[in-house]
Amino acid sequence: MKVFATYNIKGGVGKTSAAVNLAYLCGEDGYRTLLWDLDPQAAASYVFRIRPRVKGGAKALIHGARPLDEAIKGTDFDGLDLLPADFTYRNMDLALHRAKRPTRQLARLLVPLAGEYDVVFLDCPPSISLVSENILHAVDTLLVPIIPTTLSERTFDQLTGFIETLNGHRPDVLAFFSMVDRRKRLHREIIERLPSTRPGIAEATIPAMTLIEQMAVRRAPVAAFSPRSAAAQRYRQLWSELRTRSGLPDRPLS
Amino acid sequence: MATASCREFVIDHVADEVPQRIAAALEPRFRVVQETRRHTRQVWLDTFDWRLHAAGLVLRQMTGPGAGELVLTTCAGETVLSQPLATGSTAIGGPAARRARWPALLSAIPDGPLRDRLGPVIEVRALLPLARSEGTLTQLRVLDDELKTVARITVEAASQAQPASGPLPPRLLITPVRGYSAAAQRAARLLGAADGFAPGTEPAFAAVLAGAGRAPGDYTDKVGVTLPPSTPARQALATVLLRLADTIEANVGFVLRDVDAEFLHDLRVAVRRTRSALKLAGDALPAGLADRFAPEFKWLGDLTTPTRDLDVYLGGFGQMTERLRAAGPGDLEPFRAHLTARRLAERRKLVRGLRAARFTTLMADWRTALATAAKPPRPPGRKRAGPAGPDIATLASERIARAYRRVAKRGAAIAADGPAGGPPAEQMHALRKRGKELRYLLEFFGSLYEPTALRRAVKDLKGLQDCLGDLQDADVQQHALREFAVQMVDQPPGSGKPAELAATLLAMGELTALLHVQQDRARAEMAGRFAEFARAGSLRTLGILPGTAQA
Repeated sequence: MKVFATYNIKGGVGKTSAAVNLAYLCGEDGYRTLLWDLDPQAAASYVFRIRPRVKGGAKALIHGARPLDEAIKGTDFDGLDLLPADFTYRNMDLALHRAKRPTRQLARLLVPLAGEYDVVFLDCPPSISLVSENILHAVDTLLVPIIPTTLSERTFDQLTGFIETLNGHRPDVLAFFSMVDRRKRLHREIIERLPSTRPGIAEATIPAMTLIEQMAVRRAPVAAFSPRSAAAQRYRQLWSELRTRSGLPDRPLS
Repeated sequence: MATASCREFVIDHVADEVPQRIAAALEPRFRVVQETRRHTRQVWLDTFDWRLHAAGLVLRQMTGPGAGELVLTTCAGETVLSQPLATGSTAIGGPAARRARWPALLSAIPDGPLRDRLGPVIEVRALLPLARSEGTLTQLRVLDDELKTVARITVEAASQAQPASGPLPPRLLITPVRGYSAAAQRAARLLGAADGFAPGTEPAFAAVLAGAGRAPGDYTDKVGVTLPPSTPARQALATVLLRLADTIEANVGFVLRDVDAEFLHDLRVAVRRTRSALKLAGDALPAGLADRFAPEFKWLGDLTTPTRDLDVYLGGFGQMTERLRAAGPGDLEPFRAHLTARRLAERRKLVRGLRAARFTTLMADWRTALATAAKPPRPPGRKRAGPAGPDIATLASERIARAYRRVAKRGAAIAADGPAGGPPAEQMHALRKRGKELRYLLEFFGSLYEPTALRRAVKDLKGLQDCLGDLQDADVQQHALREFAVQMVDQPPGSGKPAELAATLLAMGELTALLHVQQDRARAEMAGRFAEFARAGSLRTLGILPGTAQA
């Protein structure tokens, strides 16, 4: 089982849009896929029309009172399930802090799902916190959306710097440009320059498009309701890069 | 990706109106939207001995305009796996499944999750088309007030296409989406309360199979005859033999078509059981019957032996090459080609024999004779009433005891020889044959005994038999390897490269050495296994021996 997470310290950079579309494309390709909406804002759960509620909340999941698989819901799409968000996830740090080995809890919770899923996507809340540290320990590849601006570039450096300080497992980092507006000179310049100075930046870029914003209206991944659109094509290209980079086999794992 | 349990309904409405009726039944709590509606042809598949059904699985090939798939479900209708059939698209499962011609072996299903799931269940057996149906498949989604899909409904309006024809009642299967069981149950309750939707009492596949004149589990390679203990022995034995004749005849058509190697195996076992019954209890049949038919069944057994031996060789070829250390697996390829060619030749002889009048006459005469013997005897006092003879409980106990004594006597003599050097292979083979005879008697008359005691007795015997089987297999294979080597050397000049032949013969030599080691190991184990069998004494202590058959 491979674990991917869309993560950035900043909010509003296209994490959920990427997680929702990549998870959908992964399921469409025949991999048994789970998307865990870890963000208490519950945007991914909303897109899939699933009520953001987990019985017992974050505490029950982390302390084992409620097994993860009992909280899982099927989406409307074959091959893709979702573990919904819950408003108590805003206090997940507290629950994690009380557990033994607080930075390894998410990795531990995912272990029993290995027989059931080929791929798990984590849609993470913004911030650097104990949850983020858990995520970094749990994932194989960290997907980092970057808006091509100077401040985003700085935040990305902060993140990679933080990962380098981790002991033990360090995830592979795959960054991609998100909410790209090619009319802006700064966007064009950064997209041109950054990949030559930083390793691990995807070729695929995700444009800023109304169609992507429409996901919240249509309540479905753009790759599902407009599969031939330019936005869907970009997500497909990003998925293809992620699949190759992470070494997922060409056929589903089981 | 677990799924919750499904609910089935039989529908008493005109098929075209069904989606509207479902929507009306579920309103206003749920909305129903139609997803697809397509014409499909379905082929229902299982092995001859119902391995998928025994594992709680149902496999269907579903084809429609431009698309198709193999769908594996549980008996309750929950989807386990599906694999698209070839349509030109490249699914992630590698090359899409080409539309197989059934019957077919597992290799007809392309490498992928479906094949991985089916492999351990069906093993070497072919998948046979049990029934075919044709009709309309409509997929509907049940939505909650958030317009989230909480359940899927499949409506199937089909007609039996083969072997019989005729309409099947439309059926509806409601499958909950994971995490929405409560909503799906509510939808099922609403449907159950509406006119024209009756809960299905049997799964869809059972209805289709019933239409095809089949019932799951209607073939088994077990004897499976229930005999009341007071049945006259002649009648009971004839009933067992008729059951074995059924098995021979059920398999022969598939043997002729070479569908899979297990048909010949089952046929041979039935012939062997028949011969053992004639030998061990034939005197209970009308006078002269056993003497008349025993040579014919020996002929039938001998006819099938060469092909079966080659089947075993070819079936275990992969395992055989894996054991090689000095030689490479490729070195044995000419040997495999030789075995394949030999099998082709031997199969021709087998087919000729099974199509010959001798076989047809044997089976027809055998059935006629058994049908007469299986009739209940005339009541005493009636004219021409013959001697009643023993009942089957008495005969079974006596014959089992005798067979047991034979195994015990031979086994004790062999065990006393000790493992060093050990007794000749012929003695071991003779012991194995006596053990088989005992096993067959236990199978024929198993219904007369307490099931747990019987299972224990068979298990005790099996430990010994497995050891003897390993020993004999190794012995037979060593002799066969020598014969094959001579045949390969005797091939006309120019039929192979000398270096290639030398490599093959050396690899065969290595195999012979490995078999010798296996034989020595089994020989060393034999005394211990026999001691376990004798110590267990399950036949005696668990009430199988004389006078203990259930009254």
